[in-house]
Formats: sequence, C-alpha cells, structure tokens
Amino acid sequence: MTTEQELSVDRLIDDPRTRIVVCCGSGGVGKTTTAAAIGLRAAERGRRTVVLTIDPARRLAQSMGLTELDNTPRPVKGVTGPDGPDGPGELHAMMLDMKRTFDEVVIAHADPERARAILENPFYQSLSAGFAGTQEYMAMEKLGQLRATGAWDLIVVDTPPSRSALDFLDAPSRLGSFLDGRIIRVLMAPAKVGGRGAMKFLNVGVGMVTGTLGKIFGSQLLTDLQTFVAAMDSMFGGFRERADRTYQLLKAEGTAFLVVAAPERDALREAAYFVDRLAADEMPLAGLVLNRVHGTGAPQLSAERAHAAAQSLEENGAEHEPGQADADVLAAGLLRLHAERMEVMVRERRTRDRFVSVYPDVPIVEVPALAGDVHDLDGLRLIGHRLGGTAED
Amino acid sequence: MAGTEEPTEARGGPDWEGVRLHVVSGKGGTGKTTVAAALALALAAEGRRTLLIEVEGRQGIAELFGIAALPYEERKVATVSAAQLGGPAKGRGQVNGEVFALAIDTEQALLEYLDMFYKLGRAGKALQKVGFVDFATTIAPGVRDVLLTGKACEAARRKGPDGRRAYDAVVMDAPPTGRLTRFLNVNSEVAGLARFGPIHSQAQAVMGVLKSPETAVHLVTLLEEMPVQETVDGFTELRAAGLPTGGVMVNMVRPPVLDAAAVAAVHGDHREEVALALVEAGLGGRSRTAATRRAAVEPLLDPLLDQAREHAERVALEHEQRADLAALRLPSYELPLLSGGVDLGGLYRLAGELKAQGAA
Ligand SMILES: Nc1ncnc2c1ncn2[C@@H]1O[C@H](COP(=O)(O)OP(=O)(O)OP(=O)(O)O)[C@@H](O)[C@H]1O
Ligand SMILES: Nc1ncnc2c1ncn2[C@@H]1O[C@H](COP(=O)(O)OP(=O)(O)O)[C@@H](O)[C@H]1O
Ligand SMILES: [Mg+2]
Ligand SMILES: [Mg+2]
Repeated sequence: MTTEQELSVDRLIDDPRTRIVVCCGSGGVGKTTTAAAIGLRAAERGRRTVVLTIDPARRLAQSMGLTELDNTPRPVKGVTGPDGPDGPGELHAMMLDMKRTFDEVVIAHADPERARAILENPFYQSLSAGFAGTQEYMAMEKLGQLRATGAWDLIVVDTPPSRSALDFLDAPSRLGSFLDGRIIRVLMAPAKVGGRGAMKFLNVGVGMVTGTLGKIFGSQLLTDLQTFVAAMDSMFGGFRERADRTYQLLKAEGTAFLVVAAPERDALREAAYFVDRLAADEMPLAGLVLNRVHGTGAPQLSAERAHAAAQSLEENGAEHEPGQADADVLAAGLLRLHAERMEVMVRERRTRDRFVSVYPDVPIVEVPALAGDVHDLDGLRLIGHRLGGTAED
Repeated sequence: MAGTEEPTEARGGPDWEGVRLHVVSGKGGTGKTTVAAALALALAAEGRRTLLIEVEGRQGIAELFGIAALPYEERKVATVSAAQLGGPAKGRGQVNGEVFALAIDTEQALLEYLDMFYKLGRAGKALQKVGFVDFATTIAPGVRDVLLTGKACEAARRKGPDGRRAYDAVVMDAPPTGRLTRFLNVNSEVAGLARFGPIHSQAQAVMGVLKSPETAVHLVTLLEEMPVQETVDGFTELRAAGLPTGGVMVNMVRPPVLDAAAVAAVHGDHREEVALALVEAGLGGRSRTAATRRAAVEPLLDPLLDQAREHAERVALEHEQRADLAALRLPSYELPLLSGGVDLGGLYRLAGELKAQGAA
C-alpha cells in the first residue's frame, strides 16, 4: 500500500548541480557514517569532494587520516576517482574544531588588538566552548567558508550530535538573537550614553540592573562582561550577516538535505519533525536514509514457525547420539536467532510504514545494519553502495 | 555487583551504601533518564524515599512514568514494594517505598535563589524583563550549573523537622558525558567568572558535597564502540577532576541467543548435521522421501548460518567492549534490552535488575 519512492543517492551526487549535501538526524543514527560514505562514493565516482565531519568515531576518523584536529580539509589516502589518480575525483576530509572556527571568525572581524581582548576574555572563552548551539553555528560557519573557496564540486556536511535534528537549523539564529538581546543593550548603555543613561523604552533603570549584577557577581565580573560586550558589539552585525548568508545557502539551488534515521520510533519521530521543518522553510529535502535496517535471507520462515521448530528440537535433544544432539542444539539456536531477527524486522517494518503513510512523497533508501560497526573505507564503501540506490553501477 | 562471570547471586549489602547523591550520565540516547528512574525506584524499595531530579527541562520523567508534565515542585510519582522488584513478598518489604520527582526550571530556580540572597524585589523583575536569566545561563553556563547541582545537593542533605533526612537518596538525571565534568566542576567553572561573592561561596559548598563520598557518578553505556569510548574517557575525566566515580551501567544488553560453544561451532563445518536437524524439526515439509525433505531445507541453510556468523561477530565485538569496561575496575551492572521499549512495567523490571545486582 505504500507509495514511497526509492531514493537514489547516486543520482543526487552524480548531478553536477548538487553542490552541498547535508546529513541531519537525531543522535547516534549514523549521520557521520552516512556523510563519510557519501563523500567517499562521490569521490570515487569522479567528483572533487570534501566531507565535513563533526564527531567521528575514533577508528573511523583514523581510517580517513583524521588524526589531528587542524580544522582544514586533508586528502584521504587510498581514494581515487574512476580513472585512477590522474583522473577527476578526490576526497578530502576534516573534523570540525568549533573553538578554533569561532576564534577565526573573531580574528577575521576585528582589528588585532580588539580580537586579542575578545579571545582572552573569560566570557568569550565560556561562550566559544560551551554555548549550547556553538557547535551548530560553527558547523554552518565552516560550511560557508568551504563553499566560498569554490574549490569543491561537492561538500558533504555532517551535523552535530544533538538530540534534535532541528537544532542545526535553529542554533545560529538563537546565537544571533542572543547577541542582539536586550540585556546586551542594557550592558552597553553606560558606555554609549556616558554611564548614566536610563533605557526608557524598557522602563528599567540601567543602573539598577548593572548595580544588581555587580552585587551578585562582583564588580570584576561586571567589568569583564562589559569589556566583552563592548568588544563583541562591533562584530554583531558581521556575525548575523554571516549566519544569515549561510542560512540562505541552505535554501539555495544545489543544496540537498538527507534526513538519517534508524527504523525506531524516536528516531523517525525526530525525522518527521525535520521533514516538516524543511518544508516550512522551503529547504530542499532529497530523502530519508533509513539506516541500520535488519534483513534476512530466509524471509519465508516466520518467527512463529522458527520458534516452534526450535522448541521441538530442544525437547527431542536427549534422544540422539552425541554428534547429532549437538547439531540439534546448534540448529535450535540458529532458529531462535532467526525468530528474533524476524521479530525485529516486523517491528522495523511497522515503524517504517507508519512514517510512509504520513509522508508518502519522501523518497527512502534503506541501509542494512552491519554486524560490526563501520570503521574503515571498505565499510564506508559498502554503505555507499547501498545508498547508491537504483542508478546503474 | 554483577561481574562478568558472576550472575545475580546473593551478596552482602548494596554497593552504594552511604551514597546519598547518585549522578547518572552517559552518551546521549544510551538510557540515562531510564536508568536514573530505575535506580530511584530500586533505591526506594524497602520503605525508603528517594528523589529523582531532572535538569534539562525536557520532561523526560513525566514521559517515562506516563504522567502530566511536572511543575517545579517535588511530587510523588511512584510507590514501590520489595516484592515488585522481585524481593520477598512479606516482612520488611511490606512498607512501600516512595519515589518523588523534581523537574528543575532554571529560570525559576535562579530567581528564587537570587531573591533568597539579595531580596531583589523590583530589581528581580527588571532582570527578568531584560532577559537576564537567559543571558546569565548562556554566557556563564557555570552559573546555571551551580544552581542545578546546588538544588540536588540541598535535597540530598535536607532534614525534616524531626531531624531525619528528607530523602534517603537523590538521583540526578544529568547532562550527557560530553558536558558532565564541566557541569559538575562548577567550582572551577564559576571561579574564573565570579571570584568572590555568594555565587562563589555557593559553588564551593556544592563542590564540597559533590567531591565527598556521599556522591557517586554512574555512567550509562551500550556495548558499542562510541558509548564505551565515551564512558572510558568520562571516568578518566571524573578521576582527574577528583569527582567520585560510581558504577558502569551497561544498558540494552541483548540476550546471547547462541552460547559461545554454538557460536564456535558455526565456524566449523556442520552444514549437513544442521540440515538433518532442520528436517527433523519439520521444516522440510511432509514429503515421504528423505531427499525431498533435505532439499526443502536447503534454502534456509545459508541464511541461518550467515545470521549466526553475524551474531558471532557481534558477540566478539561486545566481548571487546566488555573488556574495555572491565579495565575501569568499577562495579558494573547489566540491564537487558526490553523489546518494544520501556513502559512502566519495564521500568520496574530494570529496577529489579539493579537491585538484584547490588546497585541498590
Ligand atoms: N533497557 C532498555 N531496553 C529497551 N529500550 C530502552 C532501554 N533503556 C532505554 N531504552 C529506550 O531508549 C531510548 C532512550 O532512552 P533515554 O531517554 O532514557 O536515554 P537518555 O540517555 O536519557 O537520552 P537523552 O540523551 O536524549 O537524554 C528511549 O526510547 C528508551 O525507552
Ligand atoms: N549501517 C550500519 N551498520 C552498523 N553500524 C553502523 C551503521 N551505521 C552506523 N553504524 C555505527 O553506529 C555508530 C554511530 O554512528 P555515527 O555515524 O557516528 O552516528 P551519528 O553521527 O548520527 O551520531 C558508529 O559506531 C557506527 O560505526
Ligand atoms: Mg556524528
Ligand atoms: Mg534523557
């Protein structure tokens, strides 16, 4: 009854008009793995590709040569395009260093002296290392930078391991509105109007607010805070503009979003929120990657029959000579394992169908759950192959 | 505790006797909220009273217990008897334990706190109006964390008018491991910002409790590479920060369907014997000729053996993860993967497991 279409990642990455692929989804579903697999596949199909990963598993990072966080793309060894090392197609990869990216933005937007004042300020340090959303914002910033170089045919972006996939879209504006907030203006007021202004429109005495803050935090802190705010003030416009520009980039022709989810209720609920949000923001959704889906080579044997057969073997076990009795135990184990697999598949199928009935137009591609985790280029190739979809190979 | 070799047997007292504040963390999505709730239940058995605290404003507790959103107020959310957790039905277990829950609202907590110390009055309103709370907690997350951990410490030490403890234990569903040390190390976080004043002294008082033997920090993990790595790193960081390490809570453990011997056997060549067994189990159909029945099970053989090999690979991987966890030399507990998710019954079941394994 489902009317869903099959998603072909090959069609997406082979299209020269596709310039940015963003992999989103809730935590642990396989965003980083998917992003890396797509990057590798695109490179091996002849595109000059860069993958921006955020938090790769350690062994995966090592396999891509990402042993150092130096915040610039590095070529991945052992990857060439279809025509060998001299033909088109290469893969570069990098791991985001959020603090460093933030520092670079500051340096780019302030004269050296002011930049230094900001970088050394304890509030800046706390903001750049800990603000919920800094990682998202810096991922976008880095994407903007990579795009601006024009050096890449295709940029594949992983997104931070946040709980909600929406955080990636919301964080930059949250940071923006924070930097534009009233309290910032209150704190700036003394400097601007000579120390004794009252912000009438807020109906709040600036002195009262700053006085209270001083009382609570001590005057040293208030001074640090005002220094920070004053230094940042000159950059606010620049910050917001950059964030807006990158946000526009996400809406532009050539950008495609892939939502990654595991075939589980929570993950698909998050995916659904994200699909709605992309539609509301008129951002281009390429499809859903359903990752870690279980399958079997013996679908004809139902869970019930497998359980029943296992039970009969377990009950008869004692009647045989030793060799065959062992085989009976083994066969019963195989059947139980199969029954369990079938039950998981039924549950996953049901979860998937529920999604499809609400979103029949979202193309889907399934990626099987591998037995081990994915930690080398071969593993990524395998995933990439399954993502490739219906396009000829 | 349940070591790898020792199953859930009779043992001495619970492993965390004397601990009043249990902090539960772990990688995102590993089951922190679930395990924290199960631990609060387990600790409440035998007529005790516990408080389960949530700090991220997500109403995870309400969702788990299937109740309406919790206000910023301590509320009873469950009662529990020893029998419900698999203990004896009679005797001491007849007094029901109680689990209370508190979802901390940062904004209210901050204003309440400020008002208590500074009698802010109109200035408090003014701060609220200009978005101070958002600002303070954004620009100085340490300030928010002092409030949150401070609240948990206060509840853990609170005494009633009769001089008895208000709660036998407090369990906090803490932020994930990535942010944990910063979250708990409020002292140094705040010290750089507020060098004097009440916030500073509050931070020091909180730190005193957190670093004492009355606190234990447990980390929840799955038997997968990334969560295990995060757990190992997390405990290392906790140790470096001088924070008291608790137990390793291994969650969503899948039952080994095939035992080790069977897994090993899969690698040998047992195709023919397995085929015979399948025929014998009736999977070859009802044909009277043995050859036909044998042929009928043929298409099942490779898929079944492949699945077993995958299973064996998974078991081997899990074995590696267990070894990494064992190297931590900390008490460890294993909670089963409940198929179909965790409902209220499942939560009691997990609590029973924790109790049986000595976590409570
Ligand atoms: N033992 C278990 N068996 C089956 N499902 C489980 C088990 N433990 C947790 N879950 C499920 O896993 C999901 C995540 O659990 P939970 O919300 O407790 O994790 P968390 O670590 O608190 O997540 P977050 O990082 O988002 O706060 C939930 O759907 C929960 O029901
Ligand atoms: N299809 C798959 N089969 C098996 N393991 C997978 C698969 N996809 C991802 N994994 C594993 O799951 C873990 C989490 O994947 P990751 O890509 O880091 O998730 P995310 O970036 O969404 O948090 C990694 O250990 C990875 O190797
Ligand atoms: Mg990731
Ligand atoms: Mg939680």
